[in-house]
Amino acid sequence: MLIKIARPSDCKASDITPEGIYLSRRTMLGASLAGAAVAALPGVALGAEPSRYADVEPGAAPGWFKDKLGATRWGAVTVENEAITPFKDATHYNNFYEFGTDKGDPAANAGSLKTEPWSLVVDGEVAKPGRYALEDFVKPYQLEERIYRLRCVEAWSMVIPWLGFSLAQVLKQVEPTSKARYLRFETLQDPKVMPGQRSSFALIDWPYVEGLRLDEAMNPLAILAVGMYGRELPNQNGAPLRLIVPWKYGFKSIKSIVRISLVAEQPQTTWERLAPTEYGFYANVNPTVDHPRWTQARERRLPSGLFSPNVRDTLMFNGYGDEVASLYSDLDLRKNY
Amino acid sequence: MRYPWLRLGIFVLGCLFPCWWLYQAATNQLGPDLGKIIMDRLGLGALIFLLITLSMTPLQRLTGWSGWIVIRRQLGLWSFAYIVLHMITYMVFILGLDWGQFGVELRKRPYIIVGALAFLGLLALALTSNRYSQRRLGARWKKLHKLVYVILGLGLLHFLWIVRSDLKAWAIYASIGALLLLLRVPLVARRVPRLIGRRGRAV
Ligand code: HEM
Repeated sequence: MLIKIARPSDCKASDITPEGIYLSRRTMLGASLAGAAVAALPGVALGAEPSRYADVEPGAAPGWFKDKLGATRWGAVTVENEAITPFKDATHYNNFYEFGTDKGDPAANAGSLKTEPWSLVVDGEVAKPGRYALEDFVKPYQLEERIYRLRCVEAWSMVIPWLGFSLAQVLKQVEPTSKARYLRFETLQDPKVMPGQRSSFALIDWPYVEGLRLDEAMNPLAILAVGMYGRELPNQNGAPLRLIVPWKYGFKSIKSIVRISLVAEQPQTTWERLAPTEYGFYANVNPTVDHPRWTQARERRLPSGLFSPNVRDTLMFNGYGDEVASLYSDLDLRKNY
Repeated sequence: MRYPWLRLGIFVLGCLFPCWWLYQAATNQLGPDLGKIIMDRLGLGALIFLLITLSMTPLQRLTGWSGWIVIRRQLGLWSFAYIVLHMITYMVFILGLDWGQFGVELRKRPYIIVGALAFLGLLALALTSNRYSQRRLGARWKKLHKLVYVILGLGLLHFLWIVRSDLKAWAIYASIGALLLLLRVPLVARRVPRLIGRRGRAV
């Protein structure tokens, strides 16, 4: 069931930096010569500016991640005419309420999260349930770089190069039974390292839960990510394993996953439980259906500068309509927001 | 003019915060969404100035020092000034100067409606904060300026409706606000000086 992605909103082959150049560029990153070296390459259409990748803080990648990185399909999916959000911004402006409600809290507090060893439970309506060490779970899959837009329900957005593998492949591996209709995902619950889970004023019922319809999860755009910007995920971005569903608001892309269950009934998600009139199960990016508190017609593409406010129109399905609109052809998206 | 240095100090303080934020923004210390961050700080700053303004009368009662009352008007005007900036940053950074969208927001979003009402209230108070209005309005001036309690309530409601998932910060500001209102209930107000001791104690 490996689905090949070649849809209109993808980059044309000519827009993608050739892999060889891309890789050699990556090895130069951090070196002060990088900018000059790239500029010296004639005629290369640079989708992602090298300097954007240059400021990536090196992580402490686990061995399994380093092993996989070599065989990564770089630029497997890219975006056209859009600048990639600087690494610093994507890693220091986060919503990850387990680590606090301010945008800077996750970066400040998530250091305490221990991502190795990490185990993941797959259970429910599957032929092959189990508890996996993360490295074993990831083993069968080749990493792909997917550059996606990320649109938060708070009306800001970024463009982020993820490293991951398609969720469809995983599903194929664990073999959902005929009863499976939905996926239910769960984030780690560990109040010792997650200050947000200790707050007595928090309205959220931990652990954080998200869900997808099985056919949504099978869509080739849906991935499980283990890295971004050519490295492993920083803790504040949902290390070591998170979901990415770019046509939905960011809160659907659940972080630091410890459990994936296949279930027959539509799971109740965290935000749905907290404010059912504001957050629906589907949460597809939709400029025509407002969140009651925030308009969804426009978004702030970050970074948005002091003298260059970057406000733009939001696209239906975050611009991924060609790939996903068919999933919802018989659904009233006003009711099923 | 009494207490000129105190007044100047408050004035400098009021200017200092926005200038400091601008400096932070210019030197990339506010992250990628600086417009939103500055807007939030201005909103919160306005609320804090409002709370400080409202603590001047109780403080005067507690300590007997008249300086508190002298700076009260300026503090209130700072609250107003921050709200004006809060709205400007909202228009520029959130709506991208889309006035049509502002019309939609004004009709559709309860928290914006409540904020706008609070703004109108502050506007009325700011416009009548001068001596001339005080004299012209006479006894009605006092009544009009009781509006500040309503504004505080609206401001807090506006803030409450923005909370996403954690009420802690809001609860802190709301309890301070509630305390300040409580101190104005005549029964409580009469007791306060006695609780603290003799009047006229300087700070
Ligand atoms: C027309 C008038 C106003 C408009 C359009 C407005 C708009 C906004 C918006 C859009 C936000 C951010 C909401 C979000 O987090 O998404 C906000 C936050 C806030 N506003 Fe206002 N506002 C107005 C008046 C006021 C007034 C009168 C006060 C207080 C006296 C106030 C205090 C605040 C506070 C405390 C916050 C929260 C800041 C934070 O999250 O730290 N606003 N306002």
